[in-house]
Amino acid sequence: MAQTGTINYFDLIKNGIFKENTIFKLALSLCPSIAVTNNLRNGVLMGIAVLFVQVMVNITVSPMRKFIHPRIRLPIFMLIISGWVTVTDMTMAAFAPEAYKQMGLYIQLIVAFASILARAEMFASKNTIMPSLFDGIGMGLGFLFALTIISFFRELLGKGSLWGYQIIHAKPLLILVLPAGGFFAVGLLMGFFNWMSMRGERG
Amino acid sequence: MEIAKLFEIIIAASLINNFVFTRFLGLCIFFGVSRKMETAVGMSITFTSVMMISSALSWIVFNYIMVPLDITFLKIIIFIGIVAGFVQASDTVMRKVSPGLYYKLGIYLALISTNCIILAVPLINAGEHYSFIESLVFALGSGIGFAIALIIMASIREKLELADVPKPFRGTPIAFIVTGLIALAFTGFSGLIKL
Repeated sequence: MAQTGTINYFDLIKNGIFKENTIFKLALSLCPSIAVTNNLRNGVLMGIAVLFVQVMVNITVSPMRKFIHPRIRLPIFMLIISGWVTVTDMTMAAFAPEAYKQMGLYIQLIVAFASILARAEMFASKNTIMPSLFDGIGMGLGFLFALTIISFFRELLGKGSLWGYQIIHAKPLLILVLPAGGFFAVGLLMGFFNWMSMRGERG
Repeated sequence: MEIAKLFEIIIAASLINNFVFTRFLGLCIFFGVSRKMETAVGMSITFTSVMMISSALSWIVFNYIMVPLDITFLKIIIFIGIVAGFVQASDTVMRKVSPGLYYKLGIYLALISTNCIILAVPLINAGEHYSFIESLVFALGSGIGFAIALIIMASIREKLELADVPKPFRGTPIAFIVTGLIALAFTGFSGLIKL
């Protein structure tokens, strides 16, 4: 579509972070939001991995959109996504082997993220390369933001540390680092964000 | 030895390492279809059968094609191709062969290809070097585990519809908190057998 000039890039990024936040608003791609967020470092690394895949997929799909026959577009998108996920997977395995040992499976499963496929289908296959790039950055940052918040609270309250460094010498809420605590943390944060947007609507 | 080991794999996959409660996979589907008991049961049946067949297919491709050719690094791309292709094929075949069954379970088939468990099982099978029988049993155990989780959750959510939940928590947030409580109960299984 020829609306490149009218699209505000800043709005695209804001949209991804707040209005259509993958985890808190759309409730998609929830698996890693609980699995890897029991410490801040893993949460941030996972967020960066997703940001990278989302941006690369968007800017790969966008220039190819005129050559892909609509009937076979989904398999092609899946191929592109799994190609970039393989790249991410191998890079992580080479440069961050320790973190990879803990979350390798979840990195590979970025392939099955509904949100990445959805953005390729809804946005990148209809827009030119620059808006797609910024849309990818926005959605990826939204995801990174959500994972950072969840893992920040879980590590601080569960272990009393941040990024592996001890900050308070107590474990106020040990349950948060247990698997079950992940569900509680995400549930409470979602409730909080709903409450915020409801307040915003009212006044 | 074999039978005991297979039994261990089933117990471990369905209860101790339950995909939903301890590995946190398949959550989108889990929260999506657990609103009603009927859909939960339909999903569990479709899911378990698709998973067993697709993990058998991926095992054959992995061990007889990818390992000899030394292309195991392509496993993500190839497995997702196998799963998506198989789901599409069974969709088409089922529509022709038994329209009744398709009418009941067809909608779940379309959802399955976006489920991460269906991809995780072949990936874990390849990572753990399971034998053919072991990977089938692992897929069966994971299916049972997913079914248990879905059915427990569906029966709770049917009651939850009637409860007076604070407004910001309605829908997904309260479902998360309920899942947390169930997951807490499932931690009790963790000492059941030594692996």
